[in-house]
Amino acid sequence: MQGPGRLTEKWNDLKDSVQGSQAWSSIFRPGSIFRKGYNDSPRNRSYVIMNSVLYHLHPVKVKRHAVKVSYTLCLGGLSFFLFILLTVTGIFLMFFYRPTAAQAWDDIYALQTSVTFGLLVRNMHRWAAHLMVLSVFLHMARVFYHGAYKAPREFNWVIGVILLTLTLLLSFTGYLLPWDQLALWAVTVGTNMMGYTPVLGNQVRFVLLGGAEIGTDTLLRWYVLHVLFFPFITVIFMAIHFWRVRKDGGISGPL
Amino acid sequence: MTEIPEHLLKRAQEAKEKAAAKKAQSSGDDGGAAEDSSSGESAGDSRIPAHLLERSKAAKARKSGGGDAEASSGGGGGTAVATKDSGAVAAPAGPPVGAGPGGHTQRLLTVVKSGSIQDVKAKPQDKVHVWPHLLVIEFVAALAMTAFVFIFSWLVNAPLLELANFNQTPNPSKAPWYFLGLQELLTMFHPMVAGVTIPGMGIFVLILAPYIDKNPSNKPEDRKFAIALMTVHLMFWAVLVIIGSFFRGPGFNFTLPWIDGLFFEL
Repeated sequence: MQGPGRLTEKWNDLKDSVQGSQAWSSIFRPGSIFRKGYNDSPRNRSYVIMNSVLYHLHPVKVKRHAVKVSYTLCLGGLSFFLFILLTVTGIFLMFFYRPTAAQAWDDIYALQTSVTFGLLVRNMHRWAAHLMVLSVFLHMARVFYHGAYKAPREFNWVIGVILLTLTLLLSFTGYLLPWDQLALWAVTVGTNMMGYTPVLGNQVRFVLLGGAEIGTDTLLRWYVLHVLFFPFITVIFMAIHFWRVRKDGGISGPL
Repeated sequence: MTEIPEHLLKRAQEAKEKAAAKKAQSSGDDGGAAEDSSSGESAGDSRIPAHLLERSKAAKARKSGGGDAEASSGGGGGTAVATKDSGAVAAPAGPPVGAGPGGHTQRLLTVVKSGSIQDVKAKPQDKVHVWPHLLVIEFVAALAMTAFVFIFSWLVNAPLLELANFNQTPNPSKAPWYFLGLQELLTMFHPMVAGVTIPGMGIFVLILAPYIDKNPSNKPEDRKFAIALMTVHLMFWAVLVIIGSFFRGPGFNFTLPWIDGLFFEL
């Protein structure tokens, strides 16, 4: 009988010394659920948000109808989550990929055949990308049907449409990177279409391809656009988008 | 003249009646009142508790008794207070010096309604804590999405065709699925119209939607036209994408997927 009792005591002593240490209390702000034990009270519920980085995303309280899954279908949040998932899997893929015409396809092939979890992570990246296009599109439809783009949220709708365009561009620039027949000819079709831009058609196409024809320069260009430029722009617009959601009074009211 | 809210008038009326009743009662036994109505101006004010009145009386007495020689000769605080409202001692129920016709010692100068100085915008709203109500939902949704992507990726491999070859154009060559609506339009219009003008205008009109749609209501029954227009557009693109994805075969000619098979890679 003495064993478990002493063990609990030891455990509690350890917990107290860890939670009382300077390192621990410097990491977790007072009121964080990790600082000391959490017990459920309105005050602690507020502190969980106020004393964590989540306060940048969420207010302490939201309208009751805003937590209804049947209203938002979680589409905006899931789009953001897929973006995070794509960033994580994308960073993994970057370790094994060189954006040159001579190496790109071989790298992807080696990733699938000889890298641990390489095939799985590549699959996740690809399917999550298609899902993100779909979820962003559905999010836009949901917002439209709820009339949520109306005042005072007009400008956030504008940012949302820009984010939809950026999502398509992110997906399309990633499409070329495997450098297989599918990638090459899909991008050929897409860039030929953009080449018909009035007046500036040839210049637009030249800038996009980094030359007159698709080649290794195109691959490098689209790689940089895909892994740095568009994610960077997208993150900035997402930050404004989320900030505006709160500043415009939370998500749109009940119908 | 500012109109005085009804409830304030009512309250004033009640107070007046109460004061009148008290006056009538205290004039009946003025002998007993003389002892403790040393602070006569607040005797009618029942809102100040008796023990506080007592304490302030004692404090005043101590102050005047300790410092002032003239007051201490009087022997205690009672005189000090009494000098202040000697009228009250003489006739405890009578109106204090300088009181108004109704026996009031204060007047209502103005009524400041809430909202006239501070703009009260916020109406109280039914709100819930983000933790746990919203965060739990978000966490479950994220977890479910991860599980779905994980299992789907485990079962279905992403396509990796043979190495890019400039000399061998696959038939058909298709754009990514979200651009297949545009590619479908290419079969009907000049490339400049299908590839640039229509999508460009589409994005532009979409951006302008909140500035074009002036209807302030978000109720579906008030926005039948907007909803109908959007639904037609979404259906238009969905149908084009589906035709382009599944019903176009070699030479981008029309095929039936259940007869000729699929010509579609994600």
